Amino acid sequence: MKSLKAFKLTIFVMALIVAASVISAQAAPKQKNIILATTTSTQDTGLLDVLIPIFEKKTGYFVKTIAVGSGQAMAMGQKGEADVLLVHSPDAEKKFIADGFGVNRRLVMHNDFIIVGPASDPAKIKGTKSSAGALKLIANADALFASRGDNSGTHAKEKTLWKKAEINPVGQKWYQETGLGMGLTLNVAAEKKGYTLADRGTYLAMKKNLSLDILVEGDAALLNIYHVIEVNVDKWPKVNVAGAKAFADFMVSKNTQNIIKTFGIDKFGAPLFFSDAAKKVEDLGK
Amino acid sequence: MKSETLIKIENIIVQRGGATVLDISEFHVQSGSIMALIGPNGAGKSTLLLTLAGLLRPQRGQIYFQGQSVDTHAGRTILRRNAAVVFQEPLLLSSSVYDNIALGLKFRRLRHDDIRKNVQEALDYFGISSLAKRSAKTLSGGEAKRVSLARAFAIKPRLILLDEAFNSLDPPTRETLIEDLRHILEETKITAVLALHDREETLRLAQDVAVMSGGKIIQSGTTSQIFNQPDSEFVANFVGTETILEGTVKRSNAGLMEISVAGKNIEAVGDFLPGQNVYCCLRPENIIVSKKIPEKISARNVFEAKVQKIIRHGFFYKLMLDCGFTLVAYITMPSCEDLGICEGSTIAASFKATAVHVMRRE
Amino acid sequence: MELIVQGIKKAFELIVSFDPEVMGITWLSLKVSGTATLISLFIGVSIGTAVALTNFRGKRLVISLINTGMGLPPVVVGLFVTIMIWRNGPLGFMEILYTPYAMIIAQAIIATPIVMGISLVAIQNLPPNLRLQILSLGASRSQMVWVLIKEARLPLLAAVMAGFGGVISEVGASIMVGGNIKGYSRVLTTATVMETGKGNFDVAIALGIILLLLAFLVNFLLTQIQQRQHPR
Repeated sequence: MKSLKAFKLTIFVMALIVAASVISAQAAPKQKNIILATTTSTQDTGLLDVLIPIFEKKTGYFVKTIAVGSGQAMAMGQKGEADVLLVHSPDAEKKFIADGFGVNRRLVMHNDFIIVGPASDPAKIKGTKSSAGALKLIANADALFASRGDNSGTHAKEKTLWKKAEINPVGQKWYQETGLGMGLTLNVAAEKKGYTLADRGTYLAMKKNLSLDILVEGDAALLNIYHVIEVNVDKWPKVNVAGAKAFADFMVSKNTQNIIKTFGIDKFGAPLFFSDAAKKVEDLGK
Repeated sequence: MKSETLIKIENIIVQRGGATVLDISEFHVQSGSIMALIGPNGAGKSTLLLTLAGLLRPQRGQIYFQGQSVDTHAGRTILRRNAAVVFQEPLLLSSSVYDNIALGLKFRRLRHDDIRKNVQEALDYFGISSLAKRSAKTLSGGEAKRVSLARAFAIKPRLILLDEAFNSLDPPTRETLIEDLRHILEETKITAVLALHDREETLRLAQDVAVMSGGKIIQSGTTSQIFNQPDSEFVANFVGTETILEGTVKRSNAGLMEISVAGKNIEAVGDFLPGQNVYCCLRPENIIVSKKIPEKISARNVFEAKVQKIIRHGFFYKLMLDCGFTLVAYITMPSCEDLGICEGSTIAASFKATAVHVMRRE
Repeated sequence: MELIVQGIKKAFELIVSFDPEVMGITWLSLKVSGTATLISLFIGVSIGTAVALTNFRGKRLVISLINTGMGLPPVVVGLFVTIMIWRNGPLGFMEILYTPYAMIIAQAIIATPIVMGISLVAIQNLPPNLRLQILSLGASRSQMVWVLIKEARLPLLAAVMAGFGGVISEVGASIMVGGNIKGYSRVLTTATVMETGKGNFDVAIALGIILLLLAFLVNFLLTQIQQRQHPR
């Protein structure tokens, strides 16, 4: 019967798909995998899409980029589930190194955070020099503030700023934690006509769809600094130590730094990141 | 004709959910015979069929197929391969009629040519060759039934077991199917056991009958034995003896008895001793009704009867007659009008001594 | 509204231009979800059939468990699979976290109870005497099971559709165990989430449209097969 033939044919086709997928998956390298745990901002800006193919071509490694928040990236490193981290949460990073989970923390690049909000600026923060001062104004005006609330590098930075402003916003009606990535949090802020703290790179990349303006920028406290950290092989023997080192070396190499320096100029008219290899954190932003 | 026992069961007990649904001490089917199982719903007919097919393992007891015990795996396989069941529902697969009939042959991994040959033969037997390419799900009830029968016959079983084969078919379809099945069984000489609930079907198809009730076989024998000489009130009722009268033998002489029933005398054939308590069984079709007591009549039993009740019964009227005891008689609609019978009128009822079946009453 | 129009335009562009990245993502979605569905078909149909055809103590409990499994939240499956297969987990030696394999495993776990539950009902819904009828025609046990499965192929195809539909549209588990790695484990759903995060709504909508088209095509194909049984 026709129907039965078709039934058998479906099974046959499905079996073919399995075979094809097994063969093609087999073709992928296995031992040369590097797991890079990083923040969403490096992926969402498209920087890694440029850098990683160059690295893979040069070294033959296969990089599995897992884009999560800085907090989760470090949690993965702490469990030995990542080989190398590219993160932007300096205080947490220092603890991570001090606890012996990572080694060889090196400065890669920075950009800066900005406080964005609706053009109407209900809390009147535009032009404020101090970021903590701006947050105070927001709190006093009970103006809506969208927080990442996801333990990411941006969230960590935001928390230090609130601390500096001596305000505990958690639980306040005007303070909303999205639990989402930077891009989505920007959308939430735009939709609800609220303020948020964002990294400049992601903001620039998304600007065209947002009705949010930069209201506060240039404060030294708003620097967004990225480090590369190799996960400590002594803690986790399964870590691909050679691959991690190769990737970290690549990130601070001269060629890579040149790419970082110019990345985004063609699209946004200004670079999204400043290359900082071999510099000192204290000298940044000066 | 010399015939041997094809299948025999002994001391079978089948239990389901703690209740005994089948309890048979001995039952056998002769090779080439057609046996009907009759009895009310829930009597255990279907269970007995499944047991005979080897599809249901009894908790206790022995089954012998062609003299061999079915207890072993090999024995059971032989039985399963040689018996085919046709259920009440056609249970056709959603494929073509041809594929449905070929099913059992495919299970036996027959060669393609042999399958084609057997299927064609079965199609011809049941007159459904024209349906071969139809999708089985588009058949009418009667066609589907024929396909399911053909499917069972195609494997050329030694034993075929039919469960209420003619249920839910409209009368003309049923008529022709019964006729066809009778011919096919005659021709193929396949041993058959049929669970039936219709007396007429039983009379038309079977040579032997087993009456079942409550999981037991109450009486078995040839069709005429069961219908004419039931040995219990239950069987008599079930095979359609409408009149069952309690009486006592008064005289018995040379095979002719005089039995006292409700103060009247009935003459009957038999040789119970005087003083014996008996039942007198009368089938309604053996009772002749007339306007007046005839002057010359061969029937030995003639009674004046008052019509108590007239019940319409198909093309017949069923008359409840009071002659001191109650007699049930059938009369056709035209004769009823001719005789001008109505409730309360007095008529005559007569029957032959040979029409009375006498059973012992304890 | 304007965004949706843009998204449709973008989808059209991406499809017509055979954008290699989008094609790769689409093909991987099909491969991963197709394989997972096939695996779930084998496991689900065989266990579903076995449970339907046998009587044992605790059968009702097992059926309840299967029915609960039909609503297994993908993220919970993703979490469970991640913990099992990460480097230092019990199955870490397999080194399959952040690979399409891991996605296949997670999706198969999601789809299997769906297929199992539907097959169970499909086999149970066959006429109760059909098993005996098939056996009485001389079938061996395995022949009988195969005939029953073939007889239930309509609802079984529905099971395939439900299973495939469940996993092709699933994102939680895929992103957790696959990692959404560009050109390697990025599928339509994870790419849609990422593009939404990036604010590329037109691309996200386009990917969503492609996902819908794919799901529609596969279901259309299966429906064609399924409905061919009914000439009436």
